[in-house]
Amino acid sequence: MTEQYDAIIIGAGHNGLVCSCYLAKAGKKVLVLEANNQVGGAAVTRSFFEDFSVSACAHLLYQLQPQVIKDLNLNPKIISDNITSIVLSDRGEHVRYCGNNVEGVSDSDEKNYREFHKRMSRFARLLNTYFNKPPPRLGTKNKKDLFALAKLGFDLRIMGKKEMREFLRLIGMNIYDELDERFESPLLKGGLSVDAVLGTHLGPRSPNTILTYLYRLSVNQGKLQYPAGGMGSITTALGELAGKAGVEIQTNTAVQRILIENGVTVGVETQAGDSFFSSTIISNVDPKKTIMDLVGPRNVETRFTHRIHHVRNRGNASKFHLALDRLPKIAGLNENDFSARLLIAPNENYVESAFNHAKYGESSVNPILEITFPSVVDQSLAPSGKHVMSAIVQYSPYDLKGGWNESARDNFIQTIMMTLEKYMPDIKKQVLTSELLTPADIEKEFHISGGHWHHAELSLDQFMFVRPVAGASQYQMPLDGLYLCGAGTHPGGNVNGAAGRNAARMILEQEGSL
Amino acid sequence: MSAQEVPQGRCYTPFYDRMKEIDRLNNWTTWAGYSSPHALYCPEVEYFAIRNSTGVFDITPMIKYRISGPDALEYIDRLVTRNMRKIKPGRVAYAVWCDDRGQVLDDGTIFHLAEGVYRLCSQERHLPWFTAAAIGFDVEIKEETEDIAALAVQGPTSFSILKNMGLDGLENLKPFGLMYFDFKGEKMMVSRTGFTGDLGYELWINSEKAIDLWDDLFVAGELYGIRAIGSEALDLARIEAGYLAPLEDFLPAEATVRTGRTRSPLELGMEWLVDFDKPNFNGRRALIDEKKRGSTWRLVKLDIEGNKEAHSSYIFEHEENNDAEIGFLTSSAWSPICKQNIAIGTVKTPHGNVGDSVWVEIYYQRELHWSRVMAKATVVGKPFWFPPRRSQTPPFPY
Repeated sequence: MTEQYDAIIIGAGHNGLVCSCYLAKAGKKVLVLEANNQVGGAAVTRSFFEDFSVSACAHLLYQLQPQVIKDLNLNPKIISDNITSIVLSDRGEHVRYCGNNVEGVSDSDEKNYREFHKRMSRFARLLNTYFNKPPPRLGTKNKKDLFALAKLGFDLRIMGKKEMREFLRLIGMNIYDELDERFESPLLKGGLSVDAVLGTHLGPRSPNTILTYLYRLSVNQGKLQYPAGGMGSITTALGELAGKAGVEIQTNTAVQRILIENGVTVGVETQAGDSFFSSTIISNVDPKKTIMDLVGPRNVETRFTHRIHHVRNRGNASKFHLALDRLPKIAGLNENDFSARLLIAPNENYVESAFNHAKYGESSVNPILEITFPSVVDQSLAPSGKHVMSAIVQYSPYDLKGGWNESARDNFIQTIMMTLEKYMPDIKKQVLTSELLTPADIEKEFHISGGHWHHAELSLDQFMFVRPVAGASQYQMPLDGLYLCGAGTHPGGNVNGAAGRNAARMILEQEGSL
Repeated sequence: MSAQEVPQGRCYTPFYDRMKEIDRLNNWTTWAGYSSPHALYCPEVEYFAIRNSTGVFDITPMIKYRISGPDALEYIDRLVTRNMRKIKPGRVAYAVWCDDRGQVLDDGTIFHLAEGVYRLCSQERHLPWFTAAAIGFDVEIKEETEDIAALAVQGPTSFSILKNMGLDGLENLKPFGLMYFDFKGEKMMVSRTGFTGDLGYELWINSEKAIDLWDDLFVAGELYGIRAIGSEALDLARIEAGYLAPLEDFLPAEATVRTGRTRSPLELGMEWLVDFDKPNFNGRRALIDEKKRGSTWRLVKLDIEGNKEAHSSYIFEHEENNDAEIGFLTSSAWSPICKQNIAIGTVKTPHGNVGDSVWVEIYYQRELHWSRVMAKATVVGKPFWFPPRRSQTPPFPY
């Protein structure tokens, strides 16, 4: 096999597919190699028990970039738009919020929430304009970078003195203090804390959890959607678009290493021993695995290797799936409410306490949960009358003390079930089977180092100009021909697509075809 | 558990007691945390021991790292600019290593002790850098400065002295080679290396046998003019040999604060040590860029007219009407053996081609009054002192 491609993309995650589409549309001959048997990376829908299917990782869509949808004519089938979040109360006095609306709290909380949401949305919108382009580099004399930096300063200033000051005050701050100053309702504070820390190794009292909150709101103000057929439908659609655009996709083809000659990438070698050749190699794989395993430290510089090696990527979010005979009962909720997003986070201290364990390599005794019952709105996911529950559970550290062995898994499942039972007393009776995907499982199944959603922790020291690491923030790695296009690059994780788009545009721009 | 005594201040090398016996000047300095003699009785006499008989310098404070493990070769080959695959067991390589921007961190000698086992010797400590460079490599890096005592035995009679000590087969040792000998039941390594640009050897042995080695060596060398020396004499010898001293002629990149004060190997005249054809080494990308772009600085060796030492002088292109200097001197000396006024310096490119004439501005004091002279200097290519005996194998016996 000596066929030469214009670009080879390692990994058919959503960003890899988005990147391939942009390149193919620009006339490039692109090959995408995927280790698993279907495209989508971690954004797939898969069966976990007989006819029960569920989104393997992310289960709600809230960040897919409109620009990507528009550019690629992607037509995601959305069943349920603008889903409400319900923070569960064990007495049935739940708090609901959606957009700038909140119910079940005092008048002052309601007023404060509207103000809070307005300001946060404004800041998030500002951030999102920077998510759709490569971050400017610091310390260069490149005019484009300098202009982009100047524009960032200008955009901040134009918000007005007060708002700019607020932005600068909040951006590095923890969400706990901000929520505590503003709100009374423990449930509301609990729910918003979850929004800020979901998918991270951070607690609400950790620094820059306002940033992670803004990140969540950055596209469409964080409006939550159910894609029809689970998250896999989005990536399947992307895969089809890529196919139509002429992208060649090979599944079941795991890349073993990136081939390098004389300091320049020339192709890839698969685990099966096949070689594919291209001078442009784009990795949708996380930065650590890309550099340490596929490239090898021999081929890159010491300080760069050192930085990549120290990228923080300890996953902490597990996925928990239940196949249910019937929906459980929750006091104060009717059947329609099961289409909402349910949160178990009774107050902000509960969330912080749940994180405490993770700091020391233990799983939470009282975990926080984001629960969805996607089969309520999407019958394709479960046999008629039956249901699936898909939950994100935190915290369950990747590097659990003693490892994720059978008994550790059983213990954690017990803990989750006990937590659920507090709100759904009859849940155990309805369970047909359960599945737990710990960060260790996610690493194994989806080849993400550390099993981290974002491939690299979303924190200020790994954000924008320094994502994944200083000196490599514009998708191009310090190895000629090697690019990254995954969640580990700017702007970050979630089903977003900006990284894939930005990377493709960067590559096209460099060769002058954009 | 009783409190352990922690050494404070300077450490002593195992040879300290012997040197102290000879010492008449009490002129000591610190080298890597050890007391090291600046001069022991008379720097001039010590210098002439190097050039006319044999000088013995205690190089125990030289920082020594043992690098071993399955990836040792890959690791070192990526660390330094030189192609380490060509350095077989039993050979020694002079090498430099760079940061990611291709700027020199330090230079040193790498001894290939046995298949896959290396000793790296350098002026400065580098464990943080070497550890960072080891990420992803299966290697062990251990500092063994304290465990290994070492002596530089340098000068025309050094070979005869070591033969007289009973080192059979030494005549076959080529420059930059190493051999092992038995010394009173202890393995002693002898390498034909040094910092004087002359015939000479370095002896490496377990610290416990250090005193025995010193005593035997001085007995064997008694009739061959053997003398212990200090660093002042050695510094003069190394300038004559055209060797660079870190912190004198260049700054290790990590020791600089201001931009533009670092140097690349190309700027230090070490292009012969840079192998662009081998797989990646640290700094390769940056050095390829520099080659395309052209270097900013160039290291020069200068032969200066007159006999006034050009200490730290500015270098100018012309004798008069100079707008700005083109460089400066970093090491300078009157060379007794070459009868030349010599210096090592740095100039901006494109100045400093071999054969170019430049001018150095020398200030000198006569009874408190300062005078200034512009002295013509010629850029030379070869070291000032480069005797054939340096590389002759077998060496000439006395």
